[in-house]
Amino acid sequence: MSASEGAKNTNTEPWGGFDDNIMIQGSGSAVIDMENMDDTSGSSFEDMGEMHQRMKEEEEVEAEAAATEDDTGEDGEFLGMKGLKGQLGRQVADEVWKAGKREASKAFNLYANIDILRPYFDVEPIQVRNRLIESMIPLKMINFPQKIAGELYGPMMLVFTLVAILLHGMKTSGTVIREGTLMGTAIGTCFGYWLGTSSFIYFVAYLCNSQITMLQMLSLLGYGLFGHCVVLFITYNVHFHSLFYILWLVIGGLSTLRMVAALVSRTVGKTPRLILCGTLAALHMLFLLYLHFAYHKIVEGILDTLEGPNVPPIQRVARDVSNAATVVNSTVKSVAAIIHSR
Amino acid sequence: MEDVDEINKPLFAGLSDVSIADDIPVEGDITVPMSSPSVNDEISTLDEPVKDTILRDLKAVGQKFMHVMYPKKSSALLRDWDLWGPLLLCVALALMLQGGAADSKDDGGPQFAEVFVIIWFGSIVITINSKLLGGTISFFQSLCVLGYCILPLTAAMLVCRLVLLGSNGLVSFIVRLVVVTASFGWSTFASTAFLADSQPPNRKALVVYPVFLFYFVIGWMILTFSASS
Repeated sequence: MSASEGAKNTNTEPWGGFDDNIMIQGSGSAVIDMENMDDTSGSSFEDMGEMHQRMKEEEEVEAEAAATEDDTGEDGEFLGMKGLKGQLGRQVADEVWKAGKREASKAFNLYANIDILRPYFDVEPIQVRNRLIESMIPLKMINFPQKIAGELYGPMMLVFTLVAILLHGMKTSGTVIREGTLMGTAIGTCFGYWLGTSSFIYFVAYLCNSQITMLQMLSLLGYGLFGHCVVLFITYNVHFHSLFYILWLVIGGLSTLRMVAALVSRTVGKTPRLILCGTLAALHMLFLLYLHFAYHKIVEGILDTLEGPNVPPIQRVARDVSNAATVVNSTVKSVAAIIHSR
Repeated sequence: MEDVDEINKPLFAGLSDVSIADDIPVEGDITVPMSSPSVNDEISTLDEPVKDTILRDLKAVGQKFMHVMYPKKSSALLRDWDLWGPLLLCVALALMLQGGAADSKDDGGPQFAEVFVIIWFGSIVITINSKLLGGTISFFQSLCVLGYCILPLTAAMLVCRLVLLGSNGLVSFIVRLVVVTASFGWSTFASTAFLADSQPPNRKALVVYPVFLFYFVIGWMILTFSASS
């Protein structure tokens, strides 16, 4: 105790002068002066003075500008060359400053947005695996609202996987897209479906008074795409009609049922349930059908020609659209000519 | 102003107590480290021949290539990142993939822009993903690593083109499959060796998956590439 007291005494001793100051000035300004004490050059006072001066000047300049703006309507002579120049310079400087500020804030916002999004990506690998498996298992509990995880890592990765699979399907089927790349089309299709359908179903759910948030909807539909990924990955590589229909019904059906069950458990009333779930199920199943046949048709065509007895496989007559078109055109023309002649 | 003086006076009077005693000499050697060899080196880049500058940069890029081909836990690729190597690799890969499709009427081959977009867009997505998962790596460091790690795949592309020059049968396909698979594994392994340290240990799988997908797509493009015959 005595030692600490001694230390305290030795500490306070050199600051005795300051204590006097505090006594003189009063306790209100003591803190500020202590801060300034570190700066022996006293530049902070100068800074303060400068700042004050600058603020005053700016105020004056603004007042002047306001005055000139007011006066211009009454007499144009007041607006001398000097005033014009100053105003122009100031305007340009203002513009540049504003543009710079906008850019900076945009860049800053990007990073801020990353921080905002971070909680939605807060998952463990095991959780993702479990949710992927759960997306295939419809729960029959519809009396109590089912738990839907609001998380975006799984859905994002599933959408990117779907993009890759779609790209693969487009390449192998030899799809040609005019005015665009395969990549852009694949990304557009997948993200468009995910975001578009989620928003639409969310809107319908809002109309039907369903208890679901946009985030939950995105997560639900995103994990629902797992079934699509599996089905498309298999059927783009193994070309059997029957296999696709079986997988479409079983895997696609299971993932759709899972989403439907979750939505049913969060909606009250028969008609709202029917509308909401019917819309979602139809969209989801038809999207899988579309993805399969839109980027798979040509391979199917090749298979058909291979299976067909008469057509040699190399010729590809059946799929040559322009040929078919000309044939149809010519037949139509000839028929028309015959009719016309009669 | 008078107020300020009034406040100042007692303040600086107090300071005079802390002043240095007279018996301590206020003197010493003041040396400024002006002429160290490293400073001279950096100054001399101004008037050195352009060839030297380019060669030095190329050497740096080449050293990083070596780091990728032999991925030991080194931070050289992370510490002084650059985007020249990724650009070179990306352009080389895109040009080689383009070659088949450019002169033929067949539009099925990958276009230059497509390869370019896949590589850069993919790296950016992976980087943002790793940021979102809580990685401590900077944006351009990650881009640099992912770009440099395309090197094995570019080498595989070169081998594939050479193999395709020779024959176009089942044997060549098997050779290409083996080469592309090996280089795909190599790319993924090398990039994870560099990137994994900056991630939380329990989430490595989540970060590696998009990297895997990214290199898988590139590898698959290389494998399915066939010069128009």
